[in-house]
Amino acid sequence: MWDYTDKVKDHFLHPRNIGEVENPDGVGEVGSLACGDALRLTFKLDANKRISEAKFKTFGCASAIASSSALTELIKGMTLEEAEKVTNKNIADYLGGLPEAKMHCSVMGREALQAAIAYYKGIKPEQKKMLEGKIVCECFGVTEKEIRDAVKINHLTTVEEVTNYTKAGGGCGKCKDDIAVLIKKVFLEAAEEAENESKPTPFDMLTNIQKIKQVADLLDQDIRPTLQRDGGDLELVDLDDNIIYIKLRGACSGCIGAASTMKDFIEKKIKARLSPKLKVKEI
Amino acid sequence: MKTIYLDNNATTRVADEVLEEMIPFFCERYGNPSSMHSFGGDITPHIDKAREQCAKLIGAKRASDIIFTSGGTESDNTAILGVLHANPSKKHIITSAVEHPAVRGLCKELLKLGYDVTEIGVSENGLLDMEGLKKSFRPDTAIVSIMWANNETGVLFPVEEIAKLCSEKEVPFHTDAVQAVGKVSINVEKTPIDLLSTSGHKFHGPKGVGFLYVRRGLKLQPFMIGGHQERGKRGGTENVPSIIGMGRAAELSMKYMDEENTKVRKLRDRLENGILKSVQKTTVHGDRVSRLPNTSNIGFENIEGESILLMLNEYGVCASSGSACTSGSLEPSHVLRAMKVPFTRAHGSIRFSLSRYNTEKEIDATLEYLPEIIEKLRAISPFK
Repeated sequence: MWDYTDKVKDHFLHPRNIGEVENPDGVGEVGSLACGDALRLTFKLDANKRISEAKFKTFGCASAIASSSALTELIKGMTLEEAEKVTNKNIADYLGGLPEAKMHCSVMGREALQAAIAYYKGIKPEQKKMLEGKIVCECFGVTEKEIRDAVKINHLTTVEEVTNYTKAGGGCGKCKDDIAVLIKKVFLEAAEEAENESKPTPFDMLTNIQKIKQVADLLDQDIRPTLQRDGGDLELVDLDDNIIYIKLRGACSGCIGAASTMKDFIEKKIKARLSPKLKVKEI
Repeated sequence: MKTIYLDNNATTRVADEVLEEMIPFFCERYGNPSSMHSFGGDITPHIDKAREQCAKLIGAKRASDIIFTSGGTESDNTAILGVLHANPSKKHIITSAVEHPAVRGLCKELLKLGYDVTEIGVSENGLLDMEGLKKSFRPDTAIVSIMWANNETGVLFPVEEIAKLCSEKEVPFHTDAVQAVGKVSINVEKTPIDLLSTSGHKFHGPKGVGFLYVRRGLKLQPFMIGGHQERGKRGGTENVPSIIGMGRAAELSMKYMDEENTKVRKLRDRLENGILKSVQKTTVHGDRVSRLPNTSNIGFENIEGESILLMLNEYGVCASSGSACTSGSLEPSHVLRAMKVPFTRAHGSIRFSLSRYNTEKEIDATLEYLPEIIEKLRAISPFK
């Protein structure tokens, strides 16, 4: 039996806002009978362009019904700009959390909302799917964009997690390799983005102790949490003549991806944030 | 709220008589049958009696053909691996597409180890493709493992016919009879079955115990290797209270076999016909003739099984589902998929499985709650 929170049970047994809004401004339909769950969301805007009414119809398990009910409650009173920012995490949090294997129900809620907003903007569902790039998972019709969003919002790192959140890879499993590549891509892009955002600092003018402090802070805040998610870690050993000596620990030590983690991820970030002169060396 | 337990293919209530029989063997007569002292040795006749009772239930003449195990999964593993290891040159296994995970999961692992597995399909009614079976024998076929009764639909396979076929081809035949034992009459003397798996808790015995019937003379490598127990065929100190309980449960099953086929069948039919009458767009999954008397698998169109189960749960009604969501996987059960059940109702399939402890009152109460639940969920569903 699933470990559902009382809030999930409440929204399942007493769902709010069932049905369809008359003359809706937004209509979003996602999922299918084959997939095992489907959601049709309709909403209406008031004179101030805020969502005044939202209703749902859902085919699916208890958490799918509860997520839909939560979604309609969440978005009431929001402007479309605000609604656009609602993530699956907001839906899951509203319900006090969902079992990991059921997170895809909250993702379905967000997708229906996005589809309904696109409908309001005049983008047809077929166009929306096309804009979202190619279908990665044929079994469940999951697009590249849907997977990318889920990975970014929920910081997913494994194919299994992506399956829990989007269903992609849960059918025949043929697309699992593609998903793994996609996760890596999102990861590298995020690192690049971070690089572009960062401002150059007069790092080179600092004393050695100040430099070490800045490197240590950066490692603690931005790099170690990512490694720790995969069971790995690192230790800052020394900084000498712009070379940072790092020792990889836990799952990272001896990992076949260690060299690329060092160059593509850690060094890239350090160069972007602190100084392009810096180099990273594993000891 | 009173529990209405309609999930007897998952597990059953331990019969009062069974528990009563077991209790002295926990705190009073807790000896080890292998001991030299009589406090332990005196237990042996009770184990022997249980072995006789279990042998009788499946029509085995020799009680020594019964090996006590920890249940259905161990029995299945012992049977299949035991035959494979005793015949290392043969690398081909024949099984069905609708086996319990205990057999199906094992075959999947064996595939990885270089074995070849042929899965015999089923019709839309869940009946075995006998023609396909006949054609799948090969010179290197090591074993045929096909269940007697399907746990999800209750559909019965023609085990007598399969056994004869295997005997002609001189290939050992194993049947997972976990769901059939106690519900259908079994006679391993009249049917050339080589190995037969059972589980105590499916026929009102305790959990964690079962037995495997092994025809005398069959080459079988032990699976659980250790002490001399079970004549060296299964190591490990006997699960004394549970074995004694299962023996009593086997005896009771013989006694109540007719009741299974009259009272329980009548209740099942009352439930099934009642649902078909009061709820639109429902279909029975599986052949309605060649079927266990206690099982009914019903597909409700356009709604999802987990939701139905959890709403039934609010009324204390226990059932189970072949929907994707209940299993934690993303696809409906392999049994319903093998039967090509359309998605419109595969996700909304509910299995009701009864026992001799169910009453007409319970069935009528379920029939009262169910239409309301289905209506409520269909009102939420976007599909019509």
